[in-house]
Amino acid sequence: MEMHRDDLGARLGMWIFIFTEILLFGGLFLVYAVMRHRYSDEFHQAAHQLNAFIGTVNTVVLLFSSATVAMSITAVQKGEKRKGVLFIFITLVCAGIFLFNKYLEWGHKISIGLYPGSEMMVGLKHGYILFFSLYFFMTGLHMLHLVIGSIILTIIMVKILIGSINPGKYTLLENGGLYWHLVDLIWIFLFPLLYLIT
Amino acid sequence: MTDTITHSYLENTGKYKGLLSWLTTTDHKRIGLMYMYAMMVFFLVGVILGEIMRLELFRPGQQFFNAQTYNGIFTIHGIIMIFTVVIPGLAAVFGNFSMPLLIGAHDVAFPRLNLLSWYLFIAGAAIALTSQFMGNGPPDTGWTFYAPYSTQTHTNVVAAVFGAFVLGFSSILTGLNFIVTIHRLRAPGMTFFKMPLFPWSIYATAWIQVLATPIVGITLLMIIAERWFRIGFFDPSLGGDPILYQHLFWIYSHPAVYIMILPAMGVITEIIPTFSQKRIYGYRAIALSSLAIAGVGYFVWAHHMFTSGISTTERWIFSLLTFVVAIPSAIKVFNWVSTMYKGSISLKPPFIFALGFIFLFMIGGLTGLVQGSLATDIHVHDTAFVVAHFHYIVFGGVGFAFFAALHYWYPKMFGRMYNFKRANIAFGFMFVGFNLLYFPQFILGLMGMPRRYFDYLPQFTTGQQISAVGGWLLLIGIIIMLVNLFSKKGAKAPDNPWGGKTLEWTIPSPPSQENFDTIPQVTEQPYNYD
Repeated sequence: MEMHRDDLGARLGMWIFIFTEILLFGGLFLVYAVMRHRYSDEFHQAAHQLNAFIGTVNTVVLLFSSATVAMSITAVQKGEKRKGVLFIFITLVCAGIFLFNKYLEWGHKISIGLYPGSEMMVGLKHGYILFFSLYFFMTGLHMLHLVIGSIILTIIMVKILIGSINPGKYTLLENGGLYWHLVDLIWIFLFPLLYLIT
Repeated sequence: MTDTITHSYLENTGKYKGLLSWLTTTDHKRIGLMYMYAMMVFFLVGVILGEIMRLELFRPGQQFFNAQTYNGIFTIHGIIMIFTVVIPGLAAVFGNFSMPLLIGAHDVAFPRLNLLSWYLFIAGAAIALTSQFMGNGPPDTGWTFYAPYSTQTHTNVVAAVFGAFVLGFSSILTGLNFIVTIHRLRAPGMTFFKMPLFPWSIYATAWIQVLATPIVGITLLMIIAERWFRIGFFDPSLGGDPILYQHLFWIYSHPAVYIMILPAMGVITEIIPTFSQKRIYGYRAIALSSLAIAGVGYFVWAHHMFTSGISTTERWIFSLLTFVVAIPSAIKVFNWVSTMYKGSISLKPPFIFALGFIFLFMIGGLTGLVQGSLATDIHVHDTAFVVAHFHYIVFGGVGFAFFAALHYWYPKMFGRMYNFKRANIAFGFMFVGFNLLYFPQFILGLMGMPRRYFDYLPQFTTGQQISAVGGWLLLIGIIIMLVNLFSKKGAKAPDNPWGGKTLEWTIPSPPSQENFDTIPQVTEQPYNYD
């Protein structure tokens, strides 16, 4: 049976999948909106506990990585295989930096006992509890997506190397890039909502 | 295709033989059948659980098991029936088997993703079922997993919730696949308004699957996080809000009702013109009413929460929208009946099941408005009336439409006919049994019988016993139907046993692996009977 190939269809499918991901996070944004409305003062104070510097660094790192993914697509389209691989690799390094920073942030909070279900947390004011629960839940789910995106990009990098992604056939790379932009986009919303409301 | 001999899709020609060739297939027709077999198993388990509940309710007081067991049984009955049978139901089975045939395609847009959806479906169902045997006993929350009880009960809620999450993921991928298929793979010349109405309903359904399911996905993850980490979103002692859970849950779970019923309506819309040998009445109205139901159905969820203490403004807005969503459904019923008018009707089993659907669906739909109305809902909320309404829609509607579809496309699926007389007898048992089972629940509900109760006052005994007898008749009907369809091979089916006009009847029964040797050119409206 001959394989059916439809690049436009594949992209359409990816876009619809991205809608579903946005709606998945949409549920969390809804909870955030309700709770922020209810406990706006406490959210404001709790946000002081987050390190806006690390948050900013991570934002810049992710924005940069989105650019490198886009550059990789152009490179592959032009047939510059080595550059394509290099740009994906840089993207993966950015993902590593992001995760390392998150490890520092989460590690610090957990070491001082500030995590959902901890004795310290349960004793806090309601707005604080919900802010930090949302912080861990939202950034945690975002990190999971970042890890999945990194795995996808790693597979794509190998496929560029062995030539199964090439100037004639690069829809998978484009779709992987779209997914990476989604990871970036969600962070762009998480960053101000969690770090910049002080 | 290199060789000229075309094989039926039921024959094994690939790399693997036997069961393995099915488990590795990417053929939409085979995947549709695999959904169907799996669902039949789940359905029978759910039916048996339902019959067990009816036995327990045969007399007041405890008969066979205690209240906790009863809570566990109605919970798993709900989880199995809702998440593994009626939500995927017609969309997964006939959306897969028939939709690509109806639009003149070789397969769905993403065949491998389609197979992955099936595996996720099986995995989700298996995870949900483990909740029965592991941890601290079967969940006892009901299929709605309402917080705060679901975050506090010691039973094994996490497995059930995670199973539902995986099933949701499967549903999303199926919906995504169907949207792209309908956009990209319609036969040349088949514009949207030349597309048959079953694909139209699948299209509307697929959008709900894609746009609503992620919300319940994240909500179910919140329940798990609430249980494991005490995040407090739904826990008032930590500042959270249980009503917020109800909103998030119903934002998906009400549209889910339309995921169930829209393909059912689509099937009926195929069957009525075929057996009336008449052009469908109001083609565009039916097509667009599917989209209207999908669109408006998204904004009626809080009618499940009229007694939860939400504001008066919310209540009347959601009540109004609930009445509005009844209009496109009524348009469809009107069009079906008008199609039959002056048609040359042939009373074959699929048509009889379709008539049964219309009758039961109308009772279910109209009693829904009793609950959509703010004043009367206070009286019937959380009573057996709701149970009756719900089963009239979900079993009387979706279930009978599923059986109608099965009898309609069975010759195409297996290349064989079945015994019409036995199919009609099965229908008779099921129809009478169904009404005996659920109609008394309307009356019991109005009298004040609460739902989900293990015990009841003596004055409800007669009604409960009529229900039990109805349940037995229904079960007999189901058994006769399944034996008739699956026990032995019937006569060979012609390509077009019903005189249908849609594309699936132009190809052999059963179809070849490729469906169409050459993709047909479409120039006319479907249902060109006169």
